[in-house]
Amino acid sequence: MNINQFVPILIVITPLVCAFFVMGLHWVDRRLCLPLTILAITISFISSIITLYSVISHGIIQYKLGGWPPPIGIEYKIDTLNGSILVLITFIALINIFTSFNQVSIDLPEKKGTFYSLYLLFITGLVGVVITGDLFNLYVLLEITSLSAYAQIALGDKKRGPIASLNYIFIGVIGASFYLLGVGYLYMMTGSLNMGDVANIIKHLHQSQAIFVAFIFCIVGVWIKMALFPLHIWLPNAYTYAPTTSSRLISPLMTKVMVYVMIRLMFTVFGYDYLFRTLTLSNEVVLLASIAIIFGALMALSQRDLKKMLTYIIVSEIGYMVGGAWIGNKAALTGAILHIINDAFMTFALFIAAGNFAWRIKELSVDNLKEIFQTMPWTSAGFVIAGMSIIGIPPTCGFFSKWYLLIGAMEARQYFFAASLILSSLLSVILFFRIFEKSLFNNRKDHLGSSDGIKTQEAPTNMVIGLLFVCVILIVLGLYSGKIVSTLIIPFVSRGI
Amino acid sequence: MEGLLREIVGKYNYWLYIVLMMIGLYAMIAKNNLIKKLVGMNIFQTAIILFYISMGYKKGGTLPIIELPPHHHEIPPDAIDISKYINPLPHVLMLTAIVVSVATFGVALAIALKIYKEYNTLEEDEIRMRIRER
Repeated sequence: MNINQFVPILIVITPLVCAFFVMGLHWVDRRLCLPLTILAITISFISSIITLYSVISHGIIQYKLGGWPPPIGIEYKIDTLNGSILVLITFIALINIFTSFNQVSIDLPEKKGTFYSLYLLFITGLVGVVITGDLFNLYVLLEITSLSAYAQIALGDKKRGPIASLNYIFIGVIGASFYLLGVGYLYMMTGSLNMGDVANIIKHLHQSQAIFVAFIFCIVGVWIKMALFPLHIWLPNAYTYAPTTSSRLISPLMTKVMVYVMIRLMFTVFGYDYLFRTLTLSNEVVLLASIAIIFGALMALSQRDLKKMLTYIIVSEIGYMVGGAWIGNKAALTGAILHIINDAFMTFALFIAAGNFAWRIKELSVDNLKEIFQTMPWTSAGFVIAGMSIIGIPPTCGFFSKWYLLIGAMEARQYFFAASLILSSLLSVILFFRIFEKSLFNNRKDHLGSSDGIKTQEAPTNMVIGLLFVCVILIVLGLYSGKIVSTLIIPFVSRGI
Repeated sequence: MEGLLREIVGKYNYWLYIVLMMIGLYAMIAKNNLIKKLVGMNIFQTAIILFYISMGYKKGGTLPIIELPPHHHEIPPDAIDISKYINPLPHVLMLTAIVVSVATFGVALAIALKIYKEYNTLEEDEIRMRIRER
């Protein structure tokens, strides 16, 4: 019995079990909640790194839950794609807890245990969705993720939080139910729920109407959950009115994980041949994604509230990844997967910065960010780097994934998608330089004559360190993007296409 | 006409689940009261549960509990007639789905309660008006 055999299950089990203990510890000693949470996420993080390492060196890992062989039992199947996303999720959760624990004690002093328990359940759901090789298991863990997200959002802004959360529930339930319905049709046709098994059987059923219906239901359900353009209405309010800690956690991870699920369904379950030879929906979906990109960028431009602006940037970024996956060539799919990783960190950095601003400024409108460079120099520096990465300026990672997407779009002659990529980059230049201008160039001469009167009032040290750390990662990811693509992404892409 | 009728009667379980699903969807979109919307949501989820349940059923099938034939200590593999037993897997899956839908309903009700405490109403248009007034 090798200890390495149990490592994959530890990624999911540790946060799940600890979620209950954190809840209980709340009644015993409130101070113990935070260390236990950190411990659980750390164990999960280390296990996912070990798993990813052994995937890179030894190939795909299959873990049989309860020892049942795959088509009957639930199987965890880890390749380089979901291995790296597991590391991504646990890493962001870990940084976030270090960055925002004092925010939690201020926002929710009486509900610390409950909040950390929800936090851990959210992580459990996400890693479960990513690690599993079973279609129904994915649905259950998806609902665990969503339920803890609903509850966290409802803990946010007193007036608007619960309403935003309830709207999210209505739409999220429709999304999850559509996915479940699609799985039902798949089960009817194939008699199996295991992804690999289903994929083998589907090869002979390409002409079936029921498989087509199953595909449409699954994909639309996932699109609702990831907020692709016409289905995005729940996202801006839900992420704006969530508590700071949760919006920092949910907004980088939830939508990206759903993009991962879409890519997994497309290229592992249904397969390239079915998607791009039998169905010919590619052009339409890429067009939809292009509209999503432009729409998101335009809506972001029209927002006055900083957080809401960032949420519309997420809507726009979702368009990049969906378009990249549906173009259906190697370069674009590589770009889409690389963008999952990069965009998670970019959104994370932006939301940490927004939270730091909110520490000092009550109303987070763009106009209130005047002179923020004097009062919060470090946070603003981090915000600038994150903004540059969203725009796609070379040393930061945002450039590289956009580059792959652009190459892929050109190869496939999707000129409209390429044009909307460039247009949205230009729009985000306007978007961010509008803020930089407001915050950098102050005109205080009218009543003071100099800027000596302004004191620096930074957010707490751990928040600033967290932000700067993520900004360093943004640049490191950019510098090593060639390595990431060749070791983590190419193995999946060359199997998929 | 006859063909359509045969289509409906022959596959009535699927028609039923679609009708139920649409009732739920209609309630979620068109109703003004938040609790009515939640009930619509529950109907919507129940429709899918019915779909799964009917999927596993076989005409004349019974519970998949195999009786030991007399004078045997082990069941001979050829003695099992699969067509006599319903498929238990969709039913087991739906146990989990029921738990999920109950949990969702609970969370949603708790949030509706929170909204009621904040705004003293559960009518959506009134809540929207209050938000605009602020």
